[in-house]
Order: sequence, then C-alpha cells, then structure tokens
Amino acid sequence: MKKVFFAVMLCSLVAAPFALKPYGIYLLTLWVVMTIAAIGLNLTLGYAGQISLAQGAFVGIGAYSAALLTTQGWPLWCAFLIAIALSLAIGWLLGYPALRVQHHYLAFVTLSFATLVYLMLRNEEWLTKGVYGVSNIPRPTLLGWSTKGAVEFYFFCLGILALVSIATWWLVRSPWGRAFTALRENAIRADSLGVDTRRYTLMAFAFGSAIGGIAGVLYAPMVQFIEPTAFNLNLSLNLLLMVMVGGTGYFLGPFLGAAVSVLLPEWMRFGSEGLYLIFYAIAVMALMAVCPTGMLGLAERFLKR
Amino acid sequence: MNPVLEVRDLAKVFGGISAVNGVSFEVHEGEILGLIGPNGSGKSTLFNCILGQLAPSAGQVRIDGSEITGMRPCQLNRLGVGRTFQLLQVFPQLTVRENLILAGQEHKGSMWSRLVGRRDAGVGAAAERMIEFFRLGTLAGEKAGALSYGQQKLLDVAMAFMAGPRLVLLDEPAGGVNPTMLAGLRERLREINAAEHATFVVIEHNMEFVMSLCTRVLVLDQGAIIAEGTPEQVRSNPAVIEAYLGH
Repeated sequence: MKKVFFAVMLCSLVAAPFALKPYGIYLLTLWVVMTIAAIGLNLTLGYAGQISLAQGAFVGIGAYSAALLTTQGWPLWCAFLIAIALSLAIGWLLGYPALRVQHHYLAFVTLSFATLVYLMLRNEEWLTKGVYGVSNIPRPTLLGWSTKGAVEFYFFCLGILALVSIATWWLVRSPWGRAFTALRENAIRADSLGVDTRRYTLMAFAFGSAIGGIAGVLYAPMVQFIEPTAFNLNLSLNLLLMVMVGGTGYFLGPFLGAAVSVLLPEWMRFGSEGLYLIFYAIAVMALMAVCPTGMLGLAERFLKR
Repeated sequence: MNPVLEVRDLAKVFGGISAVNGVSFEVHEGEILGLIGPNGSGKSTLFNCILGQLAPSAGQVRIDGSEITGMRPCQLNRLGVGRTFQLLQVFPQLTVRENLILAGQEHKGSMWSRLVGRRDAGVGAAAERMIEFFRLGTLAGEKAGALSYGQQKLLDVAMAFMAGPRLVLLDEPAGGVNPTMLAGLRERLREINAAEHATFVVIEHNMEFVMSLCTRVLVLDQGAIIAEGTPEQVRSNPAVIEAYLGH
C-alpha cells in the first residue's frame, strides 16, 4: 500500500510541470525547496526535540553562498560544498546553547541568531551588497544539461529533494535516529544509557542546519535575485509552521507542511477576494487546536480507531 | 582487591540543606547491597551524586580503584555502570525492542559506524536475549508507552542490563510492581548476579524485597549512615527502628 502511494506521488510530481503554467511550476519548485529546508528543521526539532527559530538564517547562508559564488563564475556544486560546510559548522556552534538552555529559552537564543544573520546580510554591503541584493544568479548546467528552463530547474530541485530525503530516511532509521528520539523524549535517561547527549544535540543542529543550507543553494538560482528580507525571521517562523502543521517527528510531515504553507494560500487566493490569508490563518489555527501533533498526527489518530 | 564501588566522605548540600552528609561505604564484586531509609533520607541524591547526575559538594567516588567523581553519566555507563531511576524512564515512542537496542547501541562501534552501519548497531541479538530473559517476548514490537506500569518497570530494569554492566544501581525497582511480577524480577536479578557476577546496589522501600534479595544492607537517615549489616542485623537495630517509626 505504502509503495503504491509513493509510486503515485512520484509519478504525479514528475508529470505535474507538464500540466502547469510557469507560475504553477515556480510554486511547485518553491514547494520542493521549502520541503528540503523543513526536512532539516524536522530533524532538529521533530526528531531531536531541539527548537530552532534559525532555519531561515541557514537558508539565507546557503542562498548567499550560491549567489556570491555562482555570479563570480564558480560552479554550483562548489556552492553546495561551501554552503554545507558553513551551515554544518555554524549549526554545530549554534547547538552549544542547547546544552545549557531548552524550550522557549533556546527558541530565543536561535531567534537572536536569525536576527544577527539578517542584520549581517543587510549591513555588510561589501560582501552581500546589502539591501540592493544579488541579481542575475545563474542556473547550473550539469554535464551538458542546462537547467535554465523552469521545468528543467524543477527536475534538478526534485532530484536534490530525492537525495536529501533518502539521506534523511537513512539517518532517522539508523542508531543516530534512535538516539535523537531518545534525546527528545528523555535526555537524562538517554545519558545514563551511554548516549552522548551533548554530541547528538550538536549533530542534530549541525545536520538540520546543513540541510537548510542546501535548500538555500537551490533557492538563489530559483528566484535569480536575492535580498536579505527573504531570509528574515518570517521565513524561520514559516518553516516552523510547516514542520508543526505537517507533524513534528513524522518523516512525511515537512512534505505536507510545505504544501500547506506554499500551495494552500495560493489555491485559496482564487475566489476569496483578498481574504485568503485570513481564511488560511483560521484554517491553520483550527488544525493546531484540533491536533497539535499536526496533520499526520491527526491521520494516525484516525487510522488507530 | 579493589572494591567495585568505593564512596568516600560524599556530601551534597542544597543551599542550607545537607542532603548527603559525609557518606562512606564500599561494595564488592558480586555483592547485592540494599540501601534503605525513610523518605527524604538522601538515598536518591546519593545515587545521583555517584552516577554523575549531580555534582557532589565534597568527597570521592571510585570504580575499581579509579576516581570517577564528576564524570558524566554516559561516560560512567561506558565504564560498565548501569542504573534505573525512581520514576519510570522508558522511551514511550520507541518499541520495547528499540528501547533495548538503544540501551546497548552506544557500546558498539564508533559514531560513524552507528550512522552508516547496521540499524540494530550489532546489538539486536543481545536485545532479543534480554527480551526472552525478562519474559517480554509478546510485547517486543509494542511501543513502550502502551505497556502496563509493571511491564514498563521490567523494561526499565532490562535496559540497565543491556550493556552487560559490572555494577548496577537500582532505584526502587519494586515500586508499583505487583507481587507476581516482583517475584519474577527478584528471580531475574538473582540469576544475573549469579551468572555474570554483577554487583548491585538497590534502593527500596519494600522491606520484604530488600531482605530477600540483598546480602548486606545500609540504612540512611538525614543524609548519614546510621546502620549497616546483614538484613537480620539491620531489622533488629534500635536506631533503624527509631528512624522508621520515630520512637
């Protein structure tokens, strides 16, 4: 049953761009990129239980790495390597406060970091071009295959999503995933069983942030122009919403959450005469009130009946 | 020969309250030591100081002659020290089998091998043996959160033994467990003690359980040891009777 579901989903994702207009393809590509970023946050928050309001900042770090390097003629794979290394290292360092503080205190620490990154992107003009942003970001050519077209770039992003999904699936099913779950459920007991909770906390932050960086590397050539506002706190909160709405700690949660956050408002826009954001907000609030474990938590509850 | 566990002048002060007050004792290989005392006498605090959950205000703790005072719990666990807590501490979202694998996985291989290697980290067979030993076979695939209190307690104890520890500190293992299950638990502990020559320190309020399981008993009151001896000696000690009954 699961295999049939995944096959149908995959076929739909492959066929979808051929049935859509350019704006539809753009939205679908945005969904792919945001899903990747949300997968990273789901690893940190959903599996390891470490709240982070900084995921948008890591998308920004990845996006600026790609934008600054590729506009200077560097290939995109170099940007991938540098963005992953940067996000991994900074994510590791951001994990240190999590060894001292938890829950809403940790949320504030990560929120401060997100604000710091935004201010750096805006004020360090010599590097980031400040509020003027970086334009003409090229899309890559891979072994002679150009991704300049919207459909081609969508498939490129879809391929990266597949790789990130497989890697994350492997990770959460490995002993690391079990240790992350233990960290989330009872860190003191995990520690007493030999689980190095400090190291796993740092790893959860580092890996989740690195995946955020990967999403950023795709975001820059997708929009081809970036400026700091795109990576302010709104993005981090939006990513948090995606993870919560989809279902924290569920593998498919980010896919569903990103669909709700990216696609639902656009779908509701038609025929709502500008009131769609209000309807969208009410729908999200109702969902969170009915099922705080997200849509997949709700589905699991129904299936168990 | 060095004792397995040696505690010297251990003290823990919370603000103006002295929870543990210069406690010293030794536990030798294969011994089952009972640690009893009225509520608030400092038993769990003493455990937490020995096991790195709390930093002691003074004193030393040695395992096999090596000082381990202030070591982190995960480091102590890797030295062969297991424990259970006073309150249930299983991972409700993991199955019984996964709880047991988790309890043993960090003792095998490196961080890298745990990322790219086998899902069960090479301790799946050991987990199955533990499931069989603690009679949890029918529950192996169930989430721990769905088990009854007594079953979770059994799982909790089983997890402490997954890494094949030399020394296990059990904090109220009999609490909330029905008499039939308790007899089974006592039997399992005796078997491990005999077969592996494992050393136990057991905090317990259930006197019948302590007296039938332990070879030696320490009595703690107001953070200090007030009596020590065989279960029979302790049972008839006037200081112990006074500490428990207040007259």
